[in-house]
Amino acid sequence: MSFDYGQYIRMDKMPFLWCPGCGIGIASKALYKAFAELGWKNEDIAMVSGIGCTSRVTGYTRANTLHTTHGRALTFATGIKLACPDKHVVSMAGDGDILAIGGNHFIHACRRNIDITVILNNNNIYGMTGGQYSPTTPQGAFAATAPYGNVEPGFDVAKLAIAAGATYVARGTVANGVLLERLIRAGLAHRGFSVIEVVSNCHTQYGRRNKQPDAWQMIEDIKDRTVQVSRAEKMAPEELIGKYVVGELHNIERPEYCDEYERMRQRALAKEAKKVVEA
Amino acid sequence: MPQPMKFYQGNEIVAHAAIAAGCKFFGGYPITPSSEIAAEMARLLPLNGGSFIQMEDEIAAMGSVIGASIAGKKSLTATSGPGFSLKQEHIGFACIAEVPVVIVNVMRGGPSTGLPTALAQSDIMQARWGTHGDHAIIALTPAFPEEVFSETVRAFNLSEEFRTPVILLLDEVIAHLSCSLELPTSEELEIFNRVKPSVPPEEYNPYDTSFGDVPPMAVYFEGYNFHMTGLSHDKTGFPTTNPDLVQADQERQHRKIEKNIARIEKWEEFMLDDAEIGLFSFGTSGRASMEAIKRAREEGIKVGLLRPLTIWPFPDRAVKEKLSYMKAVIVPEMNLGQAIWEVRRVLGSEKNIVGVNRVGGVPIHPREILAKIREAK
Repeated sequence: MSFDYGQYIRMDKMPFLWCPGCGIGIASKALYKAFAELGWKNEDIAMVSGIGCTSRVTGYTRANTLHTTHGRALTFATGIKLACPDKHVVSMAGDGDILAIGGNHFIHACRRNIDITVILNNNNIYGMTGGQYSPTTPQGAFAATAPYGNVEPGFDVAKLAIAAGATYVARGTVANGVLLERLIRAGLAHRGFSVIEVVSNCHTQYGRRNKQPDAWQMIEDIKDRTVQVSRAEKMAPEELIGKYVVGELHNIERPEYCDEYERMRQRALAKEAKKVVEA
Repeated sequence: MPQPMKFYQGNEIVAHAAIAAGCKFFGGYPITPSSEIAAEMARLLPLNGGSFIQMEDEIAAMGSVIGASIAGKKSLTATSGPGFSLKQEHIGFACIAEVPVVIVNVMRGGPSTGLPTALAQSDIMQARWGTHGDHAIIALTPAFPEEVFSETVRAFNLSEEFRTPVILLLDEVIAHLSCSLELPTSEELEIFNRVKPSVPPEEYNPYDTSFGDVPPMAVYFEGYNFHMTGLSHDKTGFPTTNPDLVQADQERQHRKIEKNIARIEKWEEFMLDDAEIGLFSFGTSGRASMEAIKRAREEGIKVGLLRPLTIWPFPDRAVKEKLSYMKAVIVPEMNLGQAIWEVRRVLGSEKNIVGVNRVGGVPIHPREILAKIREAK
């Protein structure tokens, strides 16, 4: 059955501003298909983004959409979710946006385990501003601000999210849209903070500087370096250097923030009612 | 039924007034001397159908209240000097996206960490110009406990009426002085709630000016599926770089505040009728000014006070009408001279306008103001 893109895309906003072959398109499609699979209604979804190429996704999404400030989408998303805990709140972000300027907001949202799903399009570069190195640019890779090779080591997004307290963490790639959609769907359905890292391509700003100037080259490379989590478990750490371990990496149950807030409210109300009776 | 007479400090009054105004969300970050507002909201909101969250930083706190407001909840945050600086990024977002929120800034000495929990009025200009870019803003300056209540309610009303952030400027004395007070109840108050769209979702534009300079505001999850952005946008809410549209939108965002100044401006007069020397002062310095005036009057000096409750937009009309015929104008403020620039702008630089200024963290004493009054006589 063909997929009705118009259900979740504002078709009147076409064409996308992303470069031809950009991984964000594949990530977005996986997200829209996951919405459809779950039967989520547009009016029940708030989609919040920050600033950057990936963050432009909210403009194309048929939902309650909010395009906020650089790195800070999760702060707005937290307010929306706590104001309306029974609605779906989703954020899609780039690596520079959510891990650098937004890093503090990211780890604290993980810690709270608030029921927000983050689709983190990780293309290892700041695309929109002209190819500067990001917190996930590999050491030694070239960028506009790393003309002699990047000095800094990068984050492992999944490890960061797990350590900070996210309760669902998965990694997919733009080389496998089917798996990606399945991982996103599970993340959306999960009650708690979920992070789906999408290993993505920015051939325009990253590939061009790192001998992979075409989208297909980058996607082929991502595919070659992909290792399923079940296989990775049997591999030695040194064998996994430079590999992308994909699949569900972390999935645990822990009280969700809004649920916990509601339990506290009930306690407070009961205590207050007791005071009134005693008076 | 009025609530029983109780002992409240200014910060607690803010919290009670916010609840009475219909506030359902508070996002904050700890900072003195505003801390009691957050503590009181954390206690009151769960009991009143709202939610409180302490965010990871001031920027996040400001983001959370904007998010909650877009989701339909009246929202409050509170901070002080350094935190107010951090909030400016998102105050700008609330301006351009036209989201009603109330920000309390209990001013303290600066710059930087400055004088924590000490008295100052040094954010008058930051309240006006703190965020980058051209923008209009509303800021209020209560001086008495009753005013802290009424101005907090008015801050919510103005934010809802004009789809704009409103800044409530307190100072440490007003925030921490306790007094016994009988708080009004919600039923006794006039509450303004934002105008929602009357058109069906397919016809809705979040910045549709055909209804006037303040477009009706839909909230999330009610079927309108609209878009909001911090980018310059057209009436649909989507980004535009069309110079004419951007110019028109920025002008409208100023106009909605400036043209409605009659609904926003507010001031109190004290012994101004026969005065020959006029004082312009607000907050705690406004109260010191009143005391100085009483003492000066005992000496037979005809002096009075214009005390703005709306400091932004600046009360040009009141200053012109009430102070332009004075032989001297004195501006006591706990900074090195901020509001005085505006008074000079309105009255002209040839006018005899002098400041009484203090930045050491202690109040301006009435006798310092009295000394200036005597000099001006």
